[in-house]
Amino acid sequence: MSTQKPSMRVLAKLPQLQRRSFLAGAAGVSVVPVAALSMAPTALQAASFKVLGSQTGVTLLRMARDIYPHDKLADRYYLQALMPHEKAAAKDAALKKLITDGVAELNAQARSRFGTSYVAIPKEADRVSLLKGMEKTPFFQKIRGDMVTGLYDNKQVWPILGYEGSSWQKGGYLNRGFNDIDWL
Amino acid sequence: MTTPTKFSLHDDSVVVIVGSGAGGGTLANELAQKGINCVILEAGKHYTQADIDNDEWGMFNKISWLDKRISAGGWHHTQTYPGLPAWIVKGVGGSSVHWAGLALRFQPHEFKTRSTYGEQPGTQVMDWPVDYEEMAPFYDLAEKKLGVCGSQASGLPMLPENNHYKVIAAGARKIGYKNIVRPMAINSQVYNHRPGCQQIGFCMQGCKIGAKWSTLYADIPDALGTGKVELRPQSMALRIEHDAKGKATGVLYADKNGKQHFQKARIVCVAGNSIESPRLLLNSASSMFPDGLANSSGQVGRNYMNHATAAAASIYEKPVYMYRGTSIGAVVADEARHDASRGFNGGYYLEGLSLGLPFMAAFMQPGGWGRDFTSAIDLYDHMTCVWVCGEDQAMADNRITLHATEKDQYGLPVPVVTKTYTANDDRLAKHGLQQWRALSEAVGAKRVIDMPPYPASHNMGTNRMSEKARDGVVNRHGQAHDIKNLFVSDGSQFTSSGACNPTLTIVALAIRQAGFIENAMKRREI
Repeated sequence: MSTQKPSMRVLAKLPQLQRRSFLAGAAGVSVVPVAALSMAPTALQAASFKVLGSQTGVTLLRMARDIYPHDKLADRYYLQALMPHEKAAAKDAALKKLITDGVAELNAQARSRFGTSYVAIPKEADRVSLLKGMEKTPFFQKIRGDMVTGLYDNKQVWPILGYEGSSWQKGGYLNRGFNDIDWL
Repeated sequence: MTTPTKFSLHDDSVVVIVGSGAGGGTLANELAQKGINCVILEAGKHYTQADIDNDEWGMFNKISWLDKRISAGGWHHTQTYPGLPAWIVKGVGGSSVHWAGLALRFQPHEFKTRSTYGEQPGTQVMDWPVDYEEMAPFYDLAEKKLGVCGSQASGLPMLPENNHYKVIAAGARKIGYKNIVRPMAINSQVYNHRPGCQQIGFCMQGCKIGAKWSTLYADIPDALGTGKVELRPQSMALRIEHDAKGKATGVLYADKNGKQHFQKARIVCVAGNSIESPRLLLNSASSMFPDGLANSSGQVGRNYMNHATAAAASIYEKPVYMYRGTSIGAVVADEARHDASRGFNGGYYLEGLSLGLPFMAAFMQPGGWGRDFTSAIDLYDHMTCVWVCGEDQAMADNRITLHATEKDQYGLPVPVVTKTYTANDDRLAKHGLQQWRALSEAVGAKRVIDMPPYPASHNMGTNRMSEKARDGVVNRHGQAHDIKNLFVSDGSQFTSSGACNPTLTIVALAIRQAGFIENAMKRREI
């Protein structure tokens, strides 16, 4: 007779690394060390920004990671969050200017304080200190504000952060662990 | 299927109800069951359960009332949610689509706040012209209608306890709380032809299977089934007209194409929630009623209440998955009592209310970013979340007004929602957050993050009930003091907010009002 209760249904929350796009160039790696996920953006990523330009794009990507740093999230999720701006900028000159001017200002401050461009500043804390100084600007507000949905409303990101999304099609959680907590 | 009932615009025998939510939808069904003809004017679209998705932002964008509104006053919403003071629904079913299903009753003292708390300088705290004893049988009827689990009236058993419930309840017991409740208007088994809960979550995005009560798939279809009711969605009420004697004659509204129609009426009932209802009365100003309809007291739009609230998330070492199952977890009722020794009047509930990841990221710390923020989100699955829901004190200058120049898509002045919390409200919310922290830490929380209140889903006051005509807008039946055939049928008639979620009381008042209207019609008073 066993008195052992079935254990809690726990999600793995693992980054999914199978996808080739945007990861470590064209090599098509299937396993990437976690540290590599927050590496400096590659040429491939930069090429995604045809309207805003690769320089702006690379800075935006670094900035997006610094605003919402999740080390285990691959760059592509941040890129996906930024792509609406790239798309919108093609039709919206004011938005394009807001973003390119904002990035230029960020780089200008980076050079004046750290002697190099924003992406080339090695320490996250230093980059964050620059962002702190720009926190109230419409540019920063725009990028940060849209990231909230751009990043966290991305269904591919959810499982990595332990969220399962729509459940009704699976019959809810009635038989899938709504009350299976085992550590109380 | 029978042919839908239609009424002529010239039919002046009908009751016109503006709004189809917990107030208007319930009232329509109650009147229809008594054989009374009604036309419902609903500003929003008629979504069905097929349109309901388990998708927080998707549903937010689909069903929320997103017409322009402006937050003003001293509350944080001017910073956090400047264009979204309230989080309510524009659609058939109104905010009964969005509510989480927590069906608490007012406590007896909450109908007698002025007598209980004494004079509160700077506030308009007032007793209701009805009391708990009189409301009790209507609460029974409301609980039966809604299928409130654990209530005698419904006979339904309690819902099972989900993980979120268990963590909160364990913490609550550890710090000595005993009154852990969960009167949910969510079917714990098949009831009124609707299914039992499958613990889907997403209660506030609309229940996909209809286990949670909403007028959308409960009272509205029942009302339409009587053949006594016509529902007109995408019909925005613009103004209520009246005759030379000051009696309401009907409602001018705009259809989905912007075309205006005038529906005649024997009686007009306003149930558009506490922002739109006073707005409609103010927009109906005429030479006879220059300050708006039913506003001889100057009280229309005043004493806007939306509960003294705050929220918090607690992070544990191990996973909780608060989103698995009903959105409301445990509700701690021990602090709901009035006990001035805590430093404030009125009380509050600690309501476990889960958010999905997209909403948690948006509401945990609006404007927040950096590692402090993401280190919490990384542990989203280890969180519990509370919403402190407490009584706020009415103040005359907390009010709905019409913007002097800005107009919406209907050409109506945009509503300005001005709210400043009283010191009492602030002390209450602070106490709630302290208790939540203690509760969470008692059961192992490693980090507790205080969150600002959400955009207001509980909107009350603005057309308050009062004994005397000079003190409020409507009498004890929700009937306008100034105009006999004009009623207010939603939460805007609340004299005080109580500590609890307003829906059950809105429904109880609507059931009671339907009986009053029936009798007054029979007596030919209206």
